[in-house]
Amino acid sequence: MGELSSIQVRSRCVGTTAVVYASDYLNKLSGDRIERECKRQLDLGCRTLVIDFRDTELVNSIGVSILLGVIDVAEKSGARVIFSDVNSQTVQLFEMLGLTRHVALARDEQEALSSLIEQGTLTQVTGH
Amino acid sequence: MELPTRKLVHTFGALADLGQQITDSSNVSEMVLTSLHLLLGALGIRRGAVAEFASAEGLLKFVAVRGLSEEFPGTLQVSAEARAALLATGLTAVAIDKLNQERPELQELLKPCSSLSGAPGLQLCVPMVVRSELVGVVFLGEKATDEPISTEDCEVISSMIRHIGVGIHTHRLLEQVEQRAEENRRLYEDLRAIYRDTVRAFAAAIDIKDKYTQGHSERVGKYSEIIAREMGWGEEEVEGIAIAGYLHDVGKLVVERDIINAPYRIDAKQSTELNRHPAAGYEILSPINHPYADIPLMAKYHHERLDGRGYPDGLTGDQIPLGAKIVAVADSFDAMTTDRPYRTRRNLEQVIVDFRKNTGTQFEAEVIIAFCRALLKEIKGEARTRPLMKMLGKNYIDAEKIIPLLSELISELDLQESSAAAGTS
Repeated sequence: MGELSSIQVRSRCVGTTAVVYASDYLNKLSGDRIERECKRQLDLGCRTLVIDFRDTELVNSIGVSILLGVIDVAEKSGARVIFSDVNSQTVQLFEMLGLTRHVALARDEQEALSSLIEQGTLTQVTGH
Repeated sequence: MELPTRKLVHTFGALADLGQQITDSSNVSEMVLTSLHLLLGALGIRRGAVAEFASAEGLLKFVAVRGLSEEFPGTLQVSAEARAALLATGLTAVAIDKLNQERPELQELLKPCSSLSGAPGLQLCVPMVVRSELVGVVFLGEKATDEPISTEDCEVISSMIRHIGVGIHTHRLLEQVEQRAEENRRLYEDLRAIYRDTVRAFAAAIDIKDKYTQGHSERVGKYSEIIAREMGWGEEEVEGIAIAGYLHDVGKLVVERDIINAPYRIDAKQSTELNRHPAAGYEILSPINHPYADIPLMAKYHHERLDGRGYPDGLTGDQIPLGAKIVAVADSFDAMTTDRPYRTRRNLEQVIVDFRKNTGTQFEAEVIIAFCRALLKEIKGEARTRPLMKMLGKNYIDAEKIIPLLSELISELDLQESSAAAGTS
């Protein structure tokens, strides 16, 4: 719990939930790293992926494709995906392209984790 | 911003990124994968694949795949009918579930794509056709919105796939050009090797005619090469001077064997006959298109002297090409250091004395300096290899005596050169 991994992309685990922090600009390079980290967390047994976009100003088409890939892999693993702290412009983009049909949106990371506690998916939450 | 405008802006962004990606990328696999990302991300399509068509094998080879199961095939066999059908389809999207009615020729080809277990199948296939050539096929799955792919979407898809097709086609052309350039380079190298072998064979033929100087041409070639390298010449020029050394006496082929092999000092008439050989060599070598510059001139002028008392044209100083001056030193050095029918070879001390005496009148100072430096490096063990010592024989050089003599001559000539340069500046 509370473990930070900064080899390529910042992430932490809270129980069976992994919080992965997207970078300021989600393009091919940073997107690949996020995808690899999400797959690694799913392989480790993570049941929920929270991708936090607090630092993300822009998501381009490559970023969208990579996020669709993450959603796909998560669905195949039976895991769910939550996007947190997404700016309004990016929310509009995700809605337009249908990503929001496959993920839940949370105002911030804390809200995402709280919602998991309410649903009984997560029993204990610690800040980071 | 209204939804249609937002879509348009997003699509334009993807198209701009695609153009840049195709132009900038030197790695075709990376370019295709990124292009697929851009295509899927532009329209929110969840899965897709790009296959390149390998014409010789009749195969579609998947080079980029996103969101498809591991069971998805790596290649698809393309029959002649399917190929014709793909070409006829052009950049038009074909719905895979309507192949029965629209393109029955493609049904067999695309069967593995529509019946994947564990993942939704692909919905569309779009052939990439560039200049009437089948470059590949792009396969696309469902949209994340679960809406059907619209006519407008198909226009965007066709446009982006045209870009990707052109990118792959251009990369292929570049690969072909590089491959041909490499083949040409190898052919050229082979030709040069053949040329060098022929020259060496020719040099051996020249030397066979003169039973007392066997190996002379080969040694002059090697000495010339060593001097030129010491003078800082480029590898191409060094190869050229070696060839000139090998061929410098080719004109002797037209001189009577009795004169060449005379076991005594030849008379004036015979000497005139023998002295024809540089000009005769030029006549022999001129019609040949040598891969190196000035080979015939180096053969022609290797008996010229700085003071104008040489032959055939009595040139002086700078009128004589530097290459000919190098061959002249190499030729004289070999003549002095090998036995002749009328005398035994000189020792190295005597050769150095001869160099000192004749530099400035017969020999060019910078050439003598370079030769002495190369020899000194070998004697002192400072050179990586010792070709000069190998050719001269291990007992020929008395290092203790020769090192100071060579050093002294180099310093002396260096000083003269510096003074001359200061005098002219």
